[in-house]
Amino acid sequence: MTEQIKTDFDKIVKTSAFSEKDVEQKKIYLNKFLKTGFPTRKLENWKFSDLSQIIKKSIGELSFYNDYSFSNKVDTSIFVEGLEHNKIVFINGRVEKVDFTHEDHDKIEINSDFKFVNRLEHNNSLLSLNNAFSNKCYKITIKKNYSLKKPLVVYHSTNNKIKSKNINLKLEFQLEQNSSLRLIDLFNDGAENNFINIFYNFDLKENAILKNYKIDKLQNKNIRYSYNNIEQDNNSVSETFVLSSGSNFSKNEINCNLKGEYSSAFVNGIFSLNEGQHHEIRTIINHLVENTKSYQLIKSVLGENSKSAYQGKIFVDSKAQKTDGYQLSKAILLDETSEFNAKPELEIYADDVKCSHGSASGSLDENSIFYLMSRGLSYKQSKELLINGFLLDVVEKITDTEIKNLVKNMIGLKE
Amino acid sequence: MDKREKDIEKLKDYKYGFSTDIENIRAPKGLNEDVIKFISNIKKEPKWMLDFRLKAFERFKQLKEPNWQKPKYPKIDYQDLYYYSAPKSMNDKPKSLDELDPKLLETYKKLGIPLQEQARLNGIAVDAVFDSVSVATTFKDELTKQGIIFCSMSEAIQKHPDLVKKYLGTVIPTTDHFFATLNSAVFTDGSFVYIPEGIKCPMELSTYFRINASETGQFERTLIIADKGSYVSYLEGCTAPMRDENQLHAANVELIALDDAEIKYSTVQNWYPGDENGKGGIYNFVTKRGLCKGKNSKISWTQVETGSAITWKYPSCILKGDNSIGEFYSIAITNNHQKADTGTKMIHLGKNTKSKIVSKGISAGFSDMTYRGLVDINSKAKNSSNYTQCDSLLMGNKCGAHTVPYIKNKNLDSNIAHEATTSKISEEQLHYCQQRGLNPEEAVGLIVNGFCKEVLQQLPMEFAVEAQKLVGISLEGSVG
Repeated sequence: MTEQIKTDFDKIVKTSAFSEKDVEQKKIYLNKFLKTGFPTRKLENWKFSDLSQIIKKSIGELSFYNDYSFSNKVDTSIFVEGLEHNKIVFINGRVEKVDFTHEDHDKIEINSDFKFVNRLEHNNSLLSLNNAFSNKCYKITIKKNYSLKKPLVVYHSTNNKIKSKNINLKLEFQLEQNSSLRLIDLFNDGAENNFINIFYNFDLKENAILKNYKIDKLQNKNIRYSYNNIEQDNNSVSETFVLSSGSNFSKNEINCNLKGEYSSAFVNGIFSLNEGQHHEIRTIINHLVENTKSYQLIKSVLGENSKSAYQGKIFVDSKAQKTDGYQLSKAILLDETSEFNAKPELEIYADDVKCSHGSASGSLDENSIFYLMSRGLSYKQSKELLINGFLLDVVEKITDTEIKNLVKNMIGLKE
Repeated sequence: MDKREKDIEKLKDYKYGFSTDIENIRAPKGLNEDVIKFISNIKKEPKWMLDFRLKAFERFKQLKEPNWQKPKYPKIDYQDLYYYSAPKSMNDKPKSLDELDPKLLETYKKLGIPLQEQARLNGIAVDAVFDSVSVATTFKDELTKQGIIFCSMSEAIQKHPDLVKKYLGTVIPTTDHFFATLNSAVFTDGSFVYIPEGIKCPMELSTYFRINASETGQFERTLIIADKGSYVSYLEGCTAPMRDENQLHAANVELIALDDAEIKYSTVQNWYPGDENGKGGIYNFVTKRGLCKGKNSKISWTQVETGSAITWKYPSCILKGDNSIGEFYSIAITNNHQKADTGTKMIHLGKNTKSKIVSKGISAGFSDMTYRGLVDINSKAKNSSNYTQCDSLLMGNKCGAHTVPYIKNKNLDSNIAHEATTSKISEEQLHYCQQRGLNPEEAVGLIVNGFCKEVLQQLPMEFAVEAQKLVGISLEGSVG
């Protein structure tokens, strides 16, 4: 891998117009990545999912070079119907379209040449990889007191021109005071066996509201890693919803720093997996000041040969009195070969807090099935009804009605 | 200082902090093959035992000290320790208690351990381990009548080599982790219990561990075998003198329950925790593992952990036999600068296996407490279930309470439920108690005892009372 990655890196430096300083910086990141390589199960964070092995097994040799000199045609059929929205379209990792037609243009600033300053002291080798290889980083700023009229949909598409590639994406959002953003990430993959590495950074100022919905629904053979870092000021609210279902392997990490009083974070997730899929959600909620709140609800339905993992951590600093933290993970195992792993973790240094977590896993309740069947439903129908009810619980947590209905339609859930 | 404050001051002192001035025989300092041979030789061990130790030592040399635990400690120099220390008077083992060094008897009397025959009324058979060797075992005759073997490990190696050979190292093999392997190489003594088929042990068996000598590590090894249909309840208690240095205690405990057998293992751990500035104290790095080997067997761990500078242990159950049951009840209290990283592992291998975990953690002062546990349900463990509850109580905002459960479910017929809460003593509860005439200290004591009740109930009577007191004492001075 090392040889491949080095030649690919040189090729990119030659063909792209990076300044000398940028190249220097990127080299540092590359070396940092090379030192550790892809994470293995020896790292505590990757205990349940050995990425290095997964890449080796399902992709083999990765290639890191992507030719961004030509543009791809945007296939409009992927666009969401029945919902007016703004768009950012990524195809094979290249931004093909940025469209904010529904908004006041002086209220939104889009900087396509943003230098991603890495404030995070990190040991995340995938972030190093992203920093070394990502092409352009867009920074989107929502100005003071402005709420986007329509949601923003980010399309992550790939087409069959690429195979066994590593794609690195980065987006930076700044939400100024009293602003709000609804963001949907939609994954449409035409390509197979790629490793897609996505980093988002959100900076929420006072009273800002962020709602992020990540929808990975279409069956595909890619490996996906997505990392959200959310910084929150006073009174800000973040809501993250993850539908984890389509990719072969997917890991969503959400790191949330509640730095302002009365800020709150909500994370809700659904795993609906089948046939050899392996997904993970890892959350870290850092309660750093007084009176902050977090709530997490993760549910899994696991079919044949599938595996899901949830690692959730609530950290409460000694200053963060009056913290309210809650975590719940539930799983239904449908097959003898399915597996559920959880590590709900509390790390607490303040005494006047209310923190709890719960985790439960098991099979579908036979009594409930019997109840439904005795009322005339078939076994299959009863099972579906129970599973839908189980998952609906999480979908109902979506606070935006428009998007809630969209999600319900997408996964075929009816009330 | 008024009287109450003085009382508190007095209670804060570690009651068992004295040391006994007694002549010792020690192995040369350091860890090498010669020291292991020295230990084996002085104990007149057969060759297979020495081979067992040397094999473990070979493996130990390749192992690295783990460092994933939450409480970090300064590096231990394993060459700067004495691995064997025994009271000189034990050189030729006394035949009866009358021949025992009076100083030793004195020590145990101070600790409140009934070694002498007049303490018979107490009805508990005690094996006392002083530094590296077992000094006395009481009630031997009565137990022998029933065919129960309760003696020191060294004696068992001499007198019951077949049993020892058959079971030693089957639950904690010589190829285990760093501290367990170190113990396999250098263990000095400990207790051995064998309960024959169908026998219910008529009394509580108990071992009392005492570290006395300085610069000494204590490495004892306990092996309990409950044969088919038998039952035994076993207790252990521990204390050590107050010293400025940190002392290492790395014991191995192996439990084996055959078909329909039940073992109940209770620990009241009160090693010296260090002074209020965190100086000195015992590093309690113990490996405890029980194997439910037979059908319908049951192993239950109960622990009250109030002592040690650092406690780092996970009493575990391997539920191999069908319908076997594993239980873990724990109270861990840390105060001042104490640190604890403790919990359990429940590994479900057999069908219809059940496990229950109840853990109560209380941290006060500058201490740090971690519950770390694993529940692993194997794909063959059909119809098994686990229930876990871990609650933490925090007193003040200088301390920490953490919960790190690992949950692995590979079986669709199995259920796992896990709950955890963290809170502090509520103002309302305190107010209620104080209104009724309790002072704040008493109120806290009462509430904490209520918080721990579920676990205290699991202890045998005599120890429950002692543990309850211990819970109160450990938290003295932490209210405010």
